[in-house]
Amino acid sequence: MAESIHSLAALKRHIATLDRAPAVEASPRFTCGPAAMDAALGGGLAQGRVHEIFASVEEEGAAAGLALLWMRQAGRDAPLLWLRNATAVRVAGAPYGPGLAAFGLDPQRLLIGMMADDAMLLRAAVDALRCPALGALLIDLRGRAPLLDLTASRRLALAAETSGVTALLLRIGGDPVPSAAETRWRVAAAPSAPLPGQAPGQSAFDVTLLRRRAGPDGMAWRLYWDSNRGEFGDAADERHDDDDIRDAPLSGAAFSLPGAGPSAGRAA
Amino acid sequence: MRLASVDADGLAIGLLPAMTLADARAREPDLRVFDAQPHADQDWLERLCDGCGRYTPNAALDGPDGLMLDISGCDHLWGGEEALARDAADRLERYGMRVRHAIAASPEAAHALARFPVPPAPDDAATIRRLPVEALRLEDESAVALRRAGLRTIGDLAARPAATLAARFGAEAVDALHALLGLGHRPLAPRRARPAIRIDRRFAEPIGSTAYALKRLEEMAAEAGEQLAERGQGGRRFEATFFRSDGLAFPLRVETGLPVRDAPSILRLMRERIDALSDPIDPGFGFDMLRLTVPLAEPMAATQLALEGGEARKGESVAALVDRLSIRAGRGRIQRLVPRDSHIPEQAQLALPAVEVRAPADWGPVGEPGDPPLRPIHLFDPPQSIDVIAGVPDGPPHRFRWRRALHDVVRFEGPERIAPEWWRAKDGAIEGESIGKTRDYYRVEDARGRRYWLFRHGLYGAETPDPGWYLHGLFA
Repeated sequence: MAESIHSLAALKRHIATLDRAPAVEASPRFTCGPAAMDAALGGGLAQGRVHEIFASVEEEGAAAGLALLWMRQAGRDAPLLWLRNATAVRVAGAPYGPGLAAFGLDPQRLLIGMMADDAMLLRAAVDALRCPALGALLIDLRGRAPLLDLTASRRLALAAETSGVTALLLRIGGDPVPSAAETRWRVAAAPSAPLPGQAPGQSAFDVTLLRRRAGPDGMAWRLYWDSNRGEFGDAADERHDDDDIRDAPLSGAAFSLPGAGPSAGRAA
Repeated sequence: MRLASVDADGLAIGLLPAMTLADARAREPDLRVFDAQPHADQDWLERLCDGCGRYTPNAALDGPDGLMLDISGCDHLWGGEEALARDAADRLERYGMRVRHAIAASPEAAHALARFPVPPAPDDAATIRRLPVEALRLEDESAVALRRAGLRTIGDLAARPAATLAARFGAEAVDALHALLGLGHRPLAPRRARPAIRIDRRFAEPIGSTAYALKRLEEMAAEAGEQLAERGQGGRRFEATFFRSDGLAFPLRVETGLPVRDAPSILRLMRERIDALSDPIDPGFGFDMLRLTVPLAEPMAATQLALEGGEARKGESVAALVDRLSIRAGRGRIQRLVPRDSHIPEQAQLALPAVEVRAPADWGPVGEPGDPPLRPIHLFDPPQSIDVIAGVPDGPPHRFRWRRALHDVVRFEGPERIAPEWWRAKDGAIEGESIGKTRDYYRVEDARGRRYWLFRHGLYGAETPDPGWYLHGLFA
């Protein structure tokens, strides 16, 4: 009897080590939004994980913009790879260097892969995720993408965890299916804080956290991206606006804020 | 401006190199002058020198205007020294060159004899002794001083003791004299194009398995790597050919973004290439020969592969990843954006294969600091036609329909007018259709916050009665 208790304890210890190995290990995180959002997520999004971003077809620009921003944040100074397929160019246009540079993403860092089909895209994605020198990877899969099943998603997640390369899975026009992703988001464009004369201002996004592996989900935030400073701002933050006005004296006049502040979005 | 060189007709009427152009024009108003192109001359001379490989393996450049061929042991193939020289001169004259040649026992003597005509003498040694002192290629003052001293020819100098000559004109004068007389020996530096690396493996028995052939190929790649390391180079392109015993040959080509000479990585690329083939390599009755060539190599510094007990590197580099993906998916599929100096939006960038782009590019900002992005992150090429309702024909858009969805414009900024490249029009006259029309760009935001880049094509009234509207890009 004593012998069996002994072996049982050994077995329990063994199981405990098996359990602990992948989950407890804390991965570094990157800033993915204003301070409040990062705090709610425990310091930002985890690096070396897969994060899914869903958007409808109409939200093409906003979804690609946010995915590129998160890729920029995750990748530090290392090269970034954006894998797309032939349909993406036809539907969404080609990445435009001058625009990316103005947006705050240096086109020099960006490699673009135009893959013939989804199968080749996923294969290239796994290979790219195994290369630790890469900063981050953006996988742009459109529509239903039946090849991206749980197995494929787990393969991506494993490769990302081993190498520490963050993978962002942009699913425009796709529906959530079970996956091994760390977080799942839905993104849409939000009205920008207008410049004088009703001109569109800095990019704004509405993001909703649909699912999160470890922690509560269902929160929503509104993000304002300040392309000049290269950081996420908050349109309601007075200090931020003052600085902007000081930087650009011409835009100092009547700076009206949008009706829907971040608090309105957070209720969801 | 001065004359750099003068042809025979010019010399005949008294023109000389280093004369000012004004003086030369004064003597001959119909003078035809061309810009001196020393680099092009040098390139041409190098080509001629490579062409002289037909006469001797040791052909060298001799100053800016000469070629030196070491024809020891080569002349009998052409029926004697004179016949060889005649053939070379004829061949060069066919290109419009004026050729003077001389054959002598030492390079310096040949150089001097070709440039300083001397009266014929009974033998070579006597001919050299009749050369003027300028043939020593000393500084101008030294030559003048020698003449002042009454020493006019090489023979005069050779009769003097070398010590006094060295005391007055330096050791190089004595060296030059000895070289001319054939007493010293200065080696020739022949131009030799390095042949591309080529490694062949022939097999007594044809190999029936591709895996085994690849193993042999890896050995060959290692050998090529050693040869590249000796040259201080790395290969940018590798070509392997599998020769089948029934006469078929399968070529495999791989290209890399950075020079490599590491056999496993070359083989990894080859395997990728084989996987990407639409029909696999079929050994059939077996391969009886393998060939590996390196058609393109670039300088590559020696690298330390691994320290004792250390690891060579932690993982694959991004360059290796790019090579691998480019080979599997196709060369042009992994791209990098490169700026292009044009204000026409769709021409302001190029998407080039990433294996080709090496130098980092500089993306200048558009607009003032503090502006939101004024250019979209996605660009449609060609732009997408949309239906627009605008207050006035040349006013901003109020509402537009794109992909069957209606968008109400809530905020806009514009127009930003981008004119076509009028300087490309014929004779400076604007021809509306040939160079395109003026575009008025608007940044707009619809009621739900989506931001678009629209433009009106053509100036209302001036260029077109009914300007069309297009959606050109998406903002984030």
